[in-house]
Amino acid sequence: MWRTGAAALLAMLAIGGIAGCGGRSEETLVVYSGRSETLVAPIIKQFSDLTGIKTEVKYGDTAALASTLLEEGAKSPADVFFAQDPGGLGAARPLLATLPSSIRGRVPEWASALDGTWVGISGRARVVVYNNRVLTEADLPDSIAGFTDPAWKGKIGWAPTNGSFLSMVTAMRQVWGEDATEQWVRGIQANGPRSYSGNTAVVQAVGSGEVQVGFVNHYYLHRFLAEQGESFPARNYYTRSADPGSVLLIAGVGILKSSKNKANAEKFVEFLIGTVAQQYFASQTFEHPLVGGVVRAPGIPELSNIKRPEIDVSQLSDLSGTQALLRRVGAIP
Amino acid sequence: MLFHRENLRVALGQFALPQFRLRSRSVSRPRAPIALTATGLLIAIAVLLPIVYLVIRSVGAGEAASEMLFRARTGAIVVRSLVLVVVVTAGSVAIAVPLAWLTTRTDLPGRRWWVVAAVLPLVVPSYVAAMVAVAALGPRGMLQGALDRIFGIERLPAIYGLPGAALVLVLLSYPYVFVTVRAALRRMDPALDEAARGLGYGPGRTSLKVTLPLLRPAIAAGALLVALYTLSDFGAVSLLGYETFTWAIFIQYETTFDRTAASALSLVLIAVALGILLLDSATHARGRYHRSTSGAVRPVSNLSLGRWRWPAAIGVGTLVTSAVIAPLGVLCFWVARGASAGGVEFPWPSAWNSLRVSLLAAAVSSALALPVAILAVRFAGRFAAFLDRATHMGFALPGVVVALALVFFGVNFAAPLYQTIALLVFAYTVLFLPAASGAIKTSLLQVNPHVEEAARSLGRSEVKTILQVTLPLITPGILTGAAMVFLLTMKELPATLILGPLGFKTLATEVWSAASEAFFAKAALPAIMLVLAAGAPTAFLLLRESRRASDDGEGRSPGGNGA
Repeated sequence: MWRTGAAALLAMLAIGGIAGCGGRSEETLVVYSGRSETLVAPIIKQFSDLTGIKTEVKYGDTAALASTLLEEGAKSPADVFFAQDPGGLGAARPLLATLPSSIRGRVPEWASALDGTWVGISGRARVVVYNNRVLTEADLPDSIAGFTDPAWKGKIGWAPTNGSFLSMVTAMRQVWGEDATEQWVRGIQANGPRSYSGNTAVVQAVGSGEVQVGFVNHYYLHRFLAEQGESFPARNYYTRSADPGSVLLIAGVGILKSSKNKANAEKFVEFLIGTVAQQYFASQTFEHPLVGGVVRAPGIPELSNIKRPEIDVSQLSDLSGTQALLRRVGAIP
Repeated sequence: MLFHRENLRVALGQFALPQFRLRSRSVSRPRAPIALTATGLLIAIAVLLPIVYLVIRSVGAGEAASEMLFRARTGAIVVRSLVLVVVVTAGSVAIAVPLAWLTTRTDLPGRRWWVVAAVLPLVVPSYVAAMVAVAALGPRGMLQGALDRIFGIERLPAIYGLPGAALVLVLLSYPYVFVTVRAALRRMDPALDEAARGLGYGPGRTSLKVTLPLLRPAIAAGALLVALYTLSDFGAVSLLGYETFTWAIFIQYETTFDRTAASALSLVLIAVALGILLLDSATHARGRYHRSTSGAVRPVSNLSLGRWRWPAAIGVGTLVTSAVIAPLGVLCFWVARGASAGGVEFPWPSAWNSLRVSLLAAAVSSALALPVAILAVRFAGRFAAFLDRATHMGFALPGVVVALALVFFGVNFAAPLYQTIALLVFAYTVLFLPAASGAIKTSLLQVNPHVEEAARSLGRSEVKTILQVTLPLITPGILTGAAMVFLLTMKELPATLILGPLGFKTLATEVWSAASEAFFAKAALPAIMLVLAAGAPTAFLLLRESRRASDDGEGRSPGGNGA
């Protein structure tokens, strides 16, 4: 019994001790990153090494971090919010400061918030991933609309609860309108698509031949190829016509109004849109850079070669309507 | 023969068969010491924080929430969740009880090692298990690949939906039942079994008529954890495509960033959990489960399985292989495949962090579970029942909900503790307290209250009696509960991400970070380390315990150093 008592006491002491040394200097830049550590830790470290500005990062899921920021409100320790998609930034918008025009001016307007609260850092294209042992690119329809053809019955994989998929459907609603989008979703459903939890699972399933095509972001395939070699039997297809199937989605960054470290926060954002970081995203995470003068990873087309729809990416943060539509037709619970 | 039967009834009646004991024992129970009740009250407040938060957030829940709540589909999703809960709970009990019996009461070959292996699934994050299951058993997975080469089978039936989700969750959560049942079997009074055997019951009948009824509280405690865990799981159901209520809550957070609607939905989840808890207490047998005399703790002589020895070993081996060895195999394969493509690094600091917070969480949870369990078993009443149910709420809620609740309270009312290990360990305690208290309760039921009464009549105060007499007797339960909290904390993800100090990484966050971006090799190594790092202390604890039990032929005096 004394052992149990002593253990509990020790635990309390340990907690007290650890809690006591939690202080951190005002100078340290605190980043909440909805982008995974595997993707962005190296470039954040490079920022610290180059500028001497210390950084502390909280990694998490973009939605969970947005909710955390909203709970923290003005008391948030965060200086910067680095989000996977405009939806997360949009949710946190009441907490974000307007970025200086020197930063906004360097990122294309279509990839930034209208009100200047965030800018895009890198892009990922929506693509159709297909199993290249059973299909060639010529077998695939010009537009993503073509997959509602009954010929695709039982061959499609999708991830209807995934954030990027929802953004794509939001883009469809903008380009095609509400009714046509609903028809498309119903058409795909009629073909009995296999539902997966996310892009990774879809690419995996296409590679294994469980399904033949899937709607995903472009870069997952490149990670599979890097890990499993060129023999991994799947390739990306960018739709031949400029439709929402090839919309470019954005990861972006904003600075918290409550930040007491705005100067360093701005340096951080400037660094992310600078050539070094942009080159990193192009070659290490296989993404599309948003500023010029950057060399792409092999197999990733120039943005100008992708037929993209004319839409306002920042408006893709309106996801409630998309969710309601998908619920209505029963694509998500 | 008649005489024997009569004896058997006398010997067993009041323990095993609820209809024989009861009302006559309405002796007025002692009142709980003030200190105990006060501690219980503080714990109740702590564990109810998430619900307070949900109520605050749900106020003014807009159209989205009410629209979602009152459509026909929501009812269907609740039913689907309950179906999964029933299937997984039944499956876990069906696997765990025979497994516990085989590993404690028989001469199964290598049973101590099976015990360690059988507990390990507790530490596998459910999304990892689901990923592995899809990779291995998917329509075109590894098993299909093997069968294709041998038999030319091109496709296996899809494992998605209920079968896959149930399979993965059963394999992950049967240890909750296994651990509590095993602890109960080990502390059970052998005299009852021996009486039954001596009076003519065969081994099979003894197990069914005597041992099994005595295990009811242990089975119920474990099954309750399985049911609530199933309700809260997100990883397995989302990867295997089975729509549950928790998944619906996640979609609310993920896609519309609507905390209000998500909170309102979470309250529905709480209501479902309460229903399960009430059902659980309604089915409780109010019999007595402790030994009749202050007899020594001595092991029951093991049953010889005879020609069933090896078939049983093969059965247990199959289970452990599918629950532990096969997933580890797939993970090793991923590491090997990735190692050839690029460097693989061992995340030692994260391993240390995992161990550190998990040990802290185990210690704190056990300490707080003690008053809960003592109140529930020794001073049963309205308050004790309320407290006991309140502690289960965190276990039924998705971790992200509990974490956001503690962000709210931490930032606003405990700013110096916000984003410290202290608040994180507190969150783990809110989440996992019932795992610790369940094991302690089971253990406490097996201690004869007369022993405590004797201590009190000899002049010990209530508190001293608890500390000096009760605690030493229930140490195995405390250790079992602590081990479960330790394993659960090792794999915890959402609260760790949200509430951890800045830059704080554990093995679970490493796995998630890599797995969510399709870096399988990077995800697999920390996942393997997670299983091994969790396995080592568990093995130490369990093996040490069984060695002691087998050395313990003489038995110890029940009062320990206190009597």
